[in-house]
Amino acid sequence: MVFSLSSEQTSEFDQILTRYPTKQAACIPVLHLCQKANGNWISEEVIQFVAEKLELSTAHVKGVVSFYSLLNEKPPGKHQLWVCRTLSCALRGSESILAQCEKRLGIKAGETTPDGNVTLRTAECLASCGSAPMLQLDDKYHENLTTERLNALLDGLIEKPKATT
Amino acid sequence: MLKRTELILNGQSSTEALTIADYMAAGGYRAADRALSMSRDAIIQEVKAAHIRGRGGAGFDCGMKWGFMPQPGPKPHYLVVNADEGEPGTFKDRQIMELNPHLLIEGCIIGCYAIGAHACYIYVRHELHLAKERLWAAIEQAKDKGYLGKHPFGKAYPVDIYVHTGAGAYICGEETALLNSLEGKRGEPRLKPPFPAQAGAFGCPTSVNNVETVSAVTLAMRMGGDAFSRMSALHEFNDGGVRLFGVSGHVERPGIYEAAVGLTLRELIDDLGGGVLGDRAMLGVIPGGSSCPILLPNEVVNVPGDPRFAPYNGKCVLDLPMGVDTFRSIGTMLGTCCAIVLSDATDPVIACRNLMQFYKHESCGQCTPCREGCGWLDRILEKVIAGQATLDELNLVSEVASNIAGNTICAFGDGAAGPMLAFIQKFRPAFEDYVRNGGTHQTGRLTL
Repeated sequence: MVFSLSSEQTSEFDQILTRYPTKQAACIPVLHLCQKANGNWISEEVIQFVAEKLELSTAHVKGVVSFYSLLNEKPPGKHQLWVCRTLSCALRGSESILAQCEKRLGIKAGETTPDGNVTLRTAECLASCGSAPMLQLDDKYHENLTTERLNALLDGLIEKPKATT
Repeated sequence: MLKRTELILNGQSSTEALTIADYMAAGGYRAADRALSMSRDAIIQEVKAAHIRGRGGAGFDCGMKWGFMPQPGPKPHYLVVNADEGEPGTFKDRQIMELNPHLLIEGCIIGCYAIGAHACYIYVRHELHLAKERLWAAIEQAKDKGYLGKHPFGKAYPVDIYVHTGAGAYICGEETALLNSLEGKRGEPRLKPPFPAQAGAFGCPTSVNNVETVSAVTLAMRMGGDAFSRMSALHEFNDGGVRLFGVSGHVERPGIYEAAVGLTLRELIDDLGGGVLGDRAMLGVIPGGSSCPILLPNEVVNVPGDPRFAPYNGKCVLDLPMGVDTFRSIGTMLGTCCAIVLSDATDPVIACRNLMQFYKHESCGQCTPCREGCGWLDRILEKVIAGQATLDELNLVSEVASNIAGNTICAFGDGAAGPMLAFIQKFRPAFEDYVRNGGTHQTGRLTL
């Protein structure tokens, strides 16, 4: 399937290009835009599209995509959850935060729930050390986590089993 | 000496950003207005007098860095602000961007003019969505007031500021990796020379400065460089002004505190941070982000031959004012000035492995010693913790780390080797306990 942007996204694309002296410099912001438009991942079609629009080789765009951890080479779940694991968070209990996520979601870090709802990952320091332990759910930080607060957050993410009729 | 200030964060206690109206009521944007009527050299002299040591970790003097920028030539100049905050333990730049974004924007206007640039890119790490949102909003507000664009403050010196974003890579905080990333490439560091002042962004003269550094320029221009510098207890070390101090890990009140330069670690941990969590004793403190070698509370200052250290020699390192040069002289670094405190509940071997996992994950892979070495360090430590390593392998840790340091394109390699060597040197018995007894005398955990 050929990838394309909506007219609104196209004007955002054009806007991004005006910021830089070269088309290539728009590569990462444009990849973010396209990733969002493509269900949070960069497919072969997206790579083709970006390469063509920015007059780059597909090899260059692929190289960029594979370098950065927030450009997904495979489709993630509907929600992306990152638990910070680095020292400041680890000193305040990030290991049990991760364990609680794994237990309730029934998956290990790096996996997606079978219903495709949540992808769980660990993150390296998210610059939130003073409010550790913390996690990022999609675009939002959740800081000073406690077992109760995490449970409430996970409740909202876990699809309730459908009532049998 | 503890001297709290409210200049950088304006005493903001709310979680909202300071509005442009409130920012201006507190004297905001007058410094930029005045600066645009000064000569470039006069601004750089003022910034030099302020002794603003780079707040991103390297501690290089901002005025001197700007002084390296060539006179305007055929190529455009660029100011690039490093907002890729990601050094473990560091969370200060976020506060400025989220709570007082106009302080940074004003600094960007002054900086652009001082180095002959008409465009400024603020490179914000992708995860900091709130910071990006508030910076874009601040840029729009400044534009509406006529402080940005073709005629800022009515002067014929166009300035535009753009927020650029990364995509999740710690290495992009290294200035040349950041420039490659800004140009739409993989974020791999460049060989120096050429330095960014000669060939930076898009092959043009560029100055890359940390968020807090550029924000400090605004304050220095507002109050005068010398007056700014003299607020510091380390004025005689050419380490001036005020800065943000972070403290995280095992303290009662983790957070960001603003104070004059020259605060001691003890004041940061006890007076501001509320002391070690749960009344525990301190195992050690990593003074300014994970790349800084850990300090132990029983270490003393011993810097003979420098009269400036006379008042501190023989005293505990926790009572030495925190400065770029003072901390370099005791075998560690001030780094980003955000300390991580470890209580005696912490197993140093496990803490060390936590950091080495970080470096293994974040090595960009360009240089063999770092790519392979960081992996080796993590794997050996895994074996040590599993109680399966030999003493020879423990010695291999030091060998591998020493072979990374100094043998890579950028400072990442040293940043990984430094803490590794410090941990194994200062906590040797704990590492040996794992080899000899499977770590039975260690706590085996990081939390309290």
